Amino acid sequence: MSRQKNQSFKGHGLSKGKEREPRTLIRFKTTLMNTLMDVLRHRPGWVEVKDEGEWDFYWCDVSWLRENFDHTYMDEHVRISHFRNHYELTRKNYMVKNLKRFRKQLEREAGKVEAAKCDFFPKTFEMPCEYHLFVEEFRKNPGITWIMKPVARSQGKGIFLFRRLKDIMDWRKGTVGKKLTIVEAQPNRANVNPSGSHDTKSSDDQKEEIPVENYVAQRYVENPYLIGGRKFDLRVYVLVMSYIPLRAWLYRDGFARFSNTRFTLNSIDDHYVHLTNVAVQKTSPDYHPKKGCKWMIQRFRQYLASKHGPEAVERLFRDMDNIFIRSLQSVQKVIISDKHCFELYGYDILVDQDLKPWLLEVNASPSLTASSQEDYELKTCLLEDTLHVVDMEARLTGREKRVGGFDLMWNDGPVSREEGPSDLSGMGNFVTNTHLGCVNDRKEQLRQLFRSLQVQKKAPG
Amino acid sequence: MLQEESDLSLVIAQIVQKLKGSNLYAQLERQAWACLQRPEIRLESLKEDIKEFFKISGWEKKLQNAVYSELNVYPLPSHPSAPPEHLKEPLVYMRKAQGSWEKRILKSLNSMCTELSIPLARKRPVGEQKELLNKWNEMGTDEPDLSLFRPVYAPKDFLEVLINLRNPNYENGDSLSFRTHLGLIQVPLKVKDIPELKECFVELGLTTGQLGIDDSTQVPPELFENEHVRIGQKVLVQQDSAAAQQYIRQGSPTALRAELWALILNISSQPEDILYYEQLKTNVIQHDLLVDSLIYKDVKLTASNDDYYFVFEDYLYQVLLCFSRDTSVLGHFAYNSASPPKSYIRGKLGLEEYAVFYPPNGVIPFHGFSMYVAPLCFLYHEPYKLYQIFREMYVRFFFRLHSISSHPSGIVSLCLLFETLLQTYLPQLFYHLREIGAQPLRISFKWMVRAFSGYLATDQLLLLWDRILGYNSLEILAVLAAAVFAFRAVNLMEVTSLAAAEAVLADLSTLKVMPLLQIFLFATVT
Repeated sequence: MSRQKNQSFKGHGLSKGKEREPRTLIRFKTTLMNTLMDVLRHRPGWVEVKDEGEWDFYWCDVSWLRENFDHTYMDEHVRISHFRNHYELTRKNYMVKNLKRFRKQLEREAGKVEAAKCDFFPKTFEMPCEYHLFVEEFRKNPGITWIMKPVARSQGKGIFLFRRLKDIMDWRKGTVGKKLTIVEAQPNRANVNPSGSHDTKSSDDQKEEIPVENYVAQRYVENPYLIGGRKFDLRVYVLVMSYIPLRAWLYRDGFARFSNTRFTLNSIDDHYVHLTNVAVQKTSPDYHPKKGCKWMIQRFRQYLASKHGPEAVERLFRDMDNIFIRSLQSVQKVIISDKHCFELYGYDILVDQDLKPWLLEVNASPSLTASSQEDYELKTCLLEDTLHVVDMEARLTGREKRVGGFDLMWNDGPVSREEGPSDLSGMGNFVTNTHLGCVNDRKEQLRQLFRSLQVQKKAPG
Repeated sequence: MLQEESDLSLVIAQIVQKLKGSNLYAQLERQAWACLQRPEIRLESLKEDIKEFFKISGWEKKLQNAVYSELNVYPLPSHPSAPPEHLKEPLVYMRKAQGSWEKRILKSLNSMCTELSIPLARKRPVGEQKELLNKWNEMGTDEPDLSLFRPVYAPKDFLEVLINLRNPNYENGDSLSFRTHLGLIQVPLKVKDIPELKECFVELGLTTGQLGIDDSTQVPPELFENEHVRIGQKVLVQQDSAAAQQYIRQGSPTALRAELWALILNISSQPEDILYYEQLKTNVIQHDLLVDSLIYKDVKLTASNDDYYFVFEDYLYQVLLCFSRDTSVLGHFAYNSASPPKSYIRGKLGLEEYAVFYPPNGVIPFHGFSMYVAPLCFLYHEPYKLYQIFREMYVRFFFRLHSISSHPSGIVSLCLLFETLLQTYLPQLFYHLREIGAQPLRISFKWMVRAFSGYLATDQLLLLWDRILGYNSLEILAVLAAAVFAFRAVNLMEVTSLAAAEAVLADLSTLKVMPLLQIFLFATVT
């Protein structure tokens, strides 16, 4: 599956043919009222359509997708901001399943070492169906901490930590537990609430007042890397333009989100310590909005470099590239790769004290609301560049390896930083085309890019 | 000839005197005794053999570094009959001004004390001591009620004092001429002009490689960066302070910076140093000082609100609280125009036997003081190391930024240098700003007092501080301030009020320090 193909350089998949005429008027629709709206409104040639108007571009939310995607006809040029069944990647229990299956396959095909590269996800068990497997693992590792997370909720809701089986017993006996014993068998995937990140209501099952919830029990990373005594996680943005073939872009900017309180394993009940999600931090009594508790990822990269040296940092970021690619590869065969779809994922990564990155989760609808001026700029640029890559205006040739702050990370095979077709047989000098946490001189790059595109267009033939 | 020789021997005597009391001397003595066992040491040539041994084993290098450090920090002895005040500050009117400024600060501190009925110092009850010890690594979580405390002074208060400085022996007449200085500082100190600065900062020239310029993404690393890193590693292996200081003028690679700074400042964390820090910590636990609240307040107001430094809040308390108890800092008052404030045990006012320095280190923090420490947290992670580095940086450089003196790196000279550069090389801008009531120094003063900490992006700040260490001078702060104005001159020419000028210069976080300096010094037509 991850066989290397010889790369006579392939385009990154913009459709060829008559639809490539540059469009001058693009009708867009969205329900989000934050940075996205600002970006869309300011984009030249883009007009908003409301209600029932016809649109060329829709940044939709997942509930609309669930209800309407299957019976919406879209012209070839139309683009929509989610894949139909993205929850295969973004819902924790599905992601675990897919990753486990992928890992087994890798082990069969390429051996244990290759499969071990998928060990970036802390051991996770679905509850309640894998309860017994979980107990077995639990007994093998007495004294470690586990974290229980609801599968379909976001912003840190419903999460708790535990060390004793007794804690789960109590939880099982609680209201949620009761509901689950009635509806023991896992609902059919088609009916399940597929929201990755922000829905809380299930409209499928009107009979129940309290939504049916699944949880996962995950091994808690007890030795997170601390800065200033605080725990943090990294938010990284990955743009997937298609799954078959797999084409993914990595954004250079991102941020580290800090917990407001000092990390200690003694305070398991202290929600605020362990969850670095900004939404949770906002309700912490220590929270001061001015602080923002975020570091741009460039600052984080520099800090690490001054402490551990550039080689260690490069290794860490290479391992993170590995997480992005493998996680996408694991769902490549199950996600319906509709050419109208693209998706901007927010990856949450936790780094431990050995500088090993762990995948916490993938968000299909990463927050686009800005928490500070710096955050606003980051998200604005991120969205602008996303729209550049989606290229409704049909300006790109399809051979670009970099658009603004996005670097083409995977194009049906690894993408090298070097120019031109690369000889992948040796793999010795291969450096992937990712620049997470590096200088993001996107304005300059975009200016050069569009200027050269204009020149190319004017050239005869 | 004779004068120079006697000067030199005076310097040597002074340094020997200083070093005799240091740890290094004790270690060298021990080493000398221990090496007598070695076969290569022969009785006939004892002195030479021991010297040879020191050379090979690296002890000579350590001694060299210590001597170099002393030369850097302590001013050379002046005329033998000059009183010690001359070492602090040779000009009488400056000393007087500093004295009255100190009186004001102390008065402010004492009145706050009386108003709030809080003692300057008190012993903590055992329960409180235990609590503090438990919370030592997370003092930032404490939220004491600091609403009644005010910073003792802010940079702008200090600026007013400097503006009113006058040399009573200097009469420049009422008539304006082209030589009249149009800025706020009206004392006749000698400052460098651009040709002199070019000579002084020759390594920042256009033809010399720099980190901060020649390591940018467009430049292939083979051209400069790789070689520079290699040399840096070599310097570290050699453990030579002087070489490190020369090297760092071209900037320090990120991975080597912590070690290079420690080498230049001649800091090596010996067990005695760690023990000393622990003793200071014990001091903090046992006694509560009024200045502690001032420190808390400052950290909460400045560093905690900074987008990047908030993470290091806890370290700042651990450093600053200990710093205020460190009596070894009193040593720097020998060459600082300031003097430590004196306080008297209750009821014994005026009796010298009952006088104590308050705070114990003689330094009263002002608004923004914690920003001197914050950038260092990026480099040093053990509290005792962070502490040592900060203390050395303070007694070498930072103290000059808030005491009144005629030293070329003192804040008065820096202000004058800044204004002179602006008036001489950007006269139109300077005149325009003056006309609209926006004297440039009013905007740039706070940058210089804080050595730009909190105004520049951290990586840029560290590149700037590399050069402060490399040139052993703070003049570069004034040059950078002028370069910033030059960079934003076009926008500044269009403003019509002080507020608008402040707005144009409010955000320096995107500036790249080294290109600005290079252009201003080496690429501007003079």
